Amino acid sequence: MNLADIQKIAEQEVDFERAYKYRINVCCSSGCVPLGAFKVLKAFEEAVKEFGVEKECKVAKTGCVGTCSVGPAVIIEPGDYLYQNVTPEKVREIVRDHIVLGLPVKSMLYGNPAFFKKQHRLVLRNAGKIDPSRIQDYIAMGGYSAIVKCLATMTPQGIIYEVATSKLRGRGGAGFPTGQKWSLVARAHGKPKYIVANLDEGDPGVFANRTLAEADPHAILEGMLIAAYAIGAEKGYLYIRSEYPLAIQTLQKAIAQAKSLSLLGDNVLETGFKFDVELRFGAGAFVAGEETAILASVEGRRAMPRPRPPYPANSGLWGKPTLIQNVETLANIPIIIQNGGAWFSKIGTPRCTGTKCFSLTGKTNNPGLIEVPMGITLREVVFDIGGGVPEGRKFKAVLVGGPSGGCLPDALLDLPIDYDSLTRVGAIMGSGGIVVLDDHSCMVDTAKFFTEFCVDESCGRCTPCRAGLIRVKEVFDNLTQGNARMEDITTLEKASSYIRDASLCGLGQTAPNPVLTTLRYFRDEYVEHIRDKTCRAGKCFKKEERGATP
Amino acid sequence: METVEKTRVATIWLSGCSGCHMSFLDQDELLIDLAKKIKLVYSPIADVKVFPENVDVTLIEGAVANEEQLSLLKRARERTKILISLGDCAVTGNVTALRNTWENSDQAVLQRAYIENAQVKQQIPTDVPKVLKKVHPLHEVVKVDYFIPGCPPSAALINYVVTELLAGRTPNMEGRSKYG
Amino acid sequence: MTATTVTLKIDGLEVTVPEGTTILKAAKDNGIIIPTLCNLEGLSPYGGCRLCLVEISGSPKLFPACITPVSSGMEVTTQSERLTEYRKMAVQMLLAERTHICSVCVANDHCELQSLANQLGVDHVLFERNWTRLEIDSSHDFLVIDRNRCILCTRCLRVCDEIEGVHTLDLKLRGKDAQVIMDLDEHWGNSCSCTSCRKCAKVCPVGAIYIEGEPVSHTKHKDIAEFITERRQRKWKQ
Repeated sequence: MNLADIQKIAEQEVDFERAYKYRINVCCSSGCVPLGAFKVLKAFEEAVKEFGVEKECKVAKTGCVGTCSVGPAVIIEPGDYLYQNVTPEKVREIVRDHIVLGLPVKSMLYGNPAFFKKQHRLVLRNAGKIDPSRIQDYIAMGGYSAIVKCLATMTPQGIIYEVATSKLRGRGGAGFPTGQKWSLVARAHGKPKYIVANLDEGDPGVFANRTLAEADPHAILEGMLIAAYAIGAEKGYLYIRSEYPLAIQTLQKAIAQAKSLSLLGDNVLETGFKFDVELRFGAGAFVAGEETAILASVEGRRAMPRPRPPYPANSGLWGKPTLIQNVETLANIPIIIQNGGAWFSKIGTPRCTGTKCFSLTGKTNNPGLIEVPMGITLREVVFDIGGGVPEGRKFKAVLVGGPSGGCLPDALLDLPIDYDSLTRVGAIMGSGGIVVLDDHSCMVDTAKFFTEFCVDESCGRCTPCRAGLIRVKEVFDNLTQGNARMEDITTLEKASSYIRDASLCGLGQTAPNPVLTTLRYFRDEYVEHIRDKTCRAGKCFKKEERGATP
Repeated sequence: METVEKTRVATIWLSGCSGCHMSFLDQDELLIDLAKKIKLVYSPIADVKVFPENVDVTLIEGAVANEEQLSLLKRARERTKILISLGDCAVTGNVTALRNTWENSDQAVLQRAYIENAQVKQQIPTDVPKVLKKVHPLHEVVKVDYFIPGCPPSAALINYVVTELLAGRTPNMEGRSKYG
Repeated sequence: MTATTVTLKIDGLEVTVPEGTTILKAAKDNGIIIPTLCNLEGLSPYGGCRLCLVEISGSPKLFPACITPVSSGMEVTTQSERLTEYRKMAVQMLLAERTHICSVCVANDHCELQSLANQLGVDHVLFERNWTRLEIDSSHDFLVIDRNRCILCTRCLRVCDEIEGVHTLDLKLRGKDAQVIMDLDEHWGNSCSCTSCRKCAKVCPVGAIYIEGEPVSHTKHKDIAEFITERRQRKWKQ
């Protein structure tokens, strides 16, 4: 298998696809499978035979289209007709009307076209369109043409230049310029060099990376290949949490296929370039997603962050230069190479280019996975894409950035989503969780919930995070049980600022964000909890009597 | 005849061993100087039944462990300008609070004292103030203005803090306060 | 030796030290003491206790002096209102974390945490204390661990691994529940790797690991790690 062969596979595959008039894509990712996606898939395979249209109609299992609340979801191409809540019983009707008679079944179609209107799908370009278990599908969509282009026509420096020109920033949350990171590792002394792809998505309610791996695993592998070629690495580790069995299965299959086409191995596409990828499984610690903790875990040690310097770019895995990159960042790389860095840099905002995937959850009409250009406002995400708050309730706040994100009030809804704007108001990009809260949510209770999460996930290395967060959580216990005093607000502020400024790693540094932002934007609720012992959302003060206490 | 009105000082003994009061008395001859400036209005070493009004400074030894102590502490807070936690029990809970490490410590501590360790007539007394669920240092219950840790705090430290306060200055505890 | 040197300012004092020196060492060699707990000369740096945080002008961030290497022209501040406030906060959080009762502790008057509280004037703890009742293991012939007094500085882990070379001690669980264990969470008396060298007790800054029947003032010998490390490098103090 050489460079030209990839092109041949693509051509063959496109011809093969052309023979079909329709393509029925059944979403078989973690959201839709529990709702019966495999039964729906089987029903379609049987129905097309029953109606004798199997020659003109390809039934494929694909990854997620994003509308996770209305699964199983099915897309029929051409025309991108999205059917929602499909059951095996409905399948015959869909095939009969849509395929045989050419009349889409309007009553079953997804009713919120606005969900897709403001999205911009770059990373999720193939999600819901290709069968993730077939490498040919990916190649037919132009996949692996970027690595071919790199190997055939580009120098490592040229690749890094393109990535730098794109102004892509790390999607793991911190937003470090990717091109700069690559050139640091490329210039670092020491051999061998390593790549670690981070798929340890531990935030509650966040599933963007999982969806990507389930829908388009080869995009991640191609990104790793290009990065490896650019920085001179021979070995890559893909670190994935064990809680993602379907993603693991998909990636294992993808790696095996890539090896069989000699896209991975000792002699990639007969060019002499050597690169291999190995999966490593996380054991359930949230902190393992932190870049130095992930290194410890890959090495087989306790996933505990360590102080920097030395930075992983110089001293990472086993003391060797290591590039650590979130999988979403890596999935951006092939399209940057295909279309050029300058093209990419025009998407989004001048300082934050490209798109970002978000898991939109909470009190929203259209929960699911979305990908939006950087710079889109929170209002557009919550009200246009998300369709507002259900059951006529009132919007109260939006939590951006997962458990260590910030709770932002309606006054900040016109804030553009980019790294710098979010940091300015006390939130973070994080791994891309957006949780919408309505007036039935108590902000004190919300801050307490996320503090509890971080208490459980603290590794125990540094004092502020280990010994401090638990004390903050106890102050919240008092607040929600009616035992707090006004001074406790000052205690919360003091302790939270300390934890933010003094913690060793990102977990501790961002853990107080929900506390600090709710204190900043929803202080009235704290005062009410202490002074009046009331909770306007009716969440708190429900605990049983504690007996004789002061 | 007194020309200057003396500072009204009280001391209270809650759940503690009285060691802090001993240390207070260990100020020895310095007590003579102190006595010129203060009037002791309430103390376990003075026979006064009710905590008086208008107290300037109250030094409290011991942690809060039962309801009687709780009400006394709250009354003292209401009637005192400057309230000082004296000694580790008042500041941290100390040995008194070690029962907090037990489950249902209010019950367990009585069980241990009056049943398990009693030689004769094992019974939990009922005509004594109710024991609190947990033992608390003073500042968990009321606002405390100054802290003098130590088990016991040295006579010199007590004298330093009291003298500074009488002179209208804020004591500096850096390098002075010491637990244990 | 032709080591390159670096000149920087610490608390306004101009100092020149070899390249690669940490801020902590540079300060110490010039008579400026930065408070520490987890750091110990001769052991790898840990950066956990956060007491040695210092300010470097030009950055809003705080830097652990035990790990941050000096660089030319750097201006370091080791004492400021914020740093004092934060150091007090760290000590308070450590005191509130477990059952630290100085009056009944073997290490009373010989405890680094107690003495830091004294230096910083931490005369009370802002938070409600946590009254832990973790296992006290006295199954070893003479070494005892009281986990209720442990501040998780990991000096014992590091001295066991890096100096004694056996790695008997490690951590189990995470966050507030983290505890020092022997082998795969054996009782100390059953540990097959422990050489009973006592170094863990010698370097423990508090009263968590001690020798039964021996005054802590006798046991504590925290310079042991630096001493052995230097001897191994055939370095002899003048």
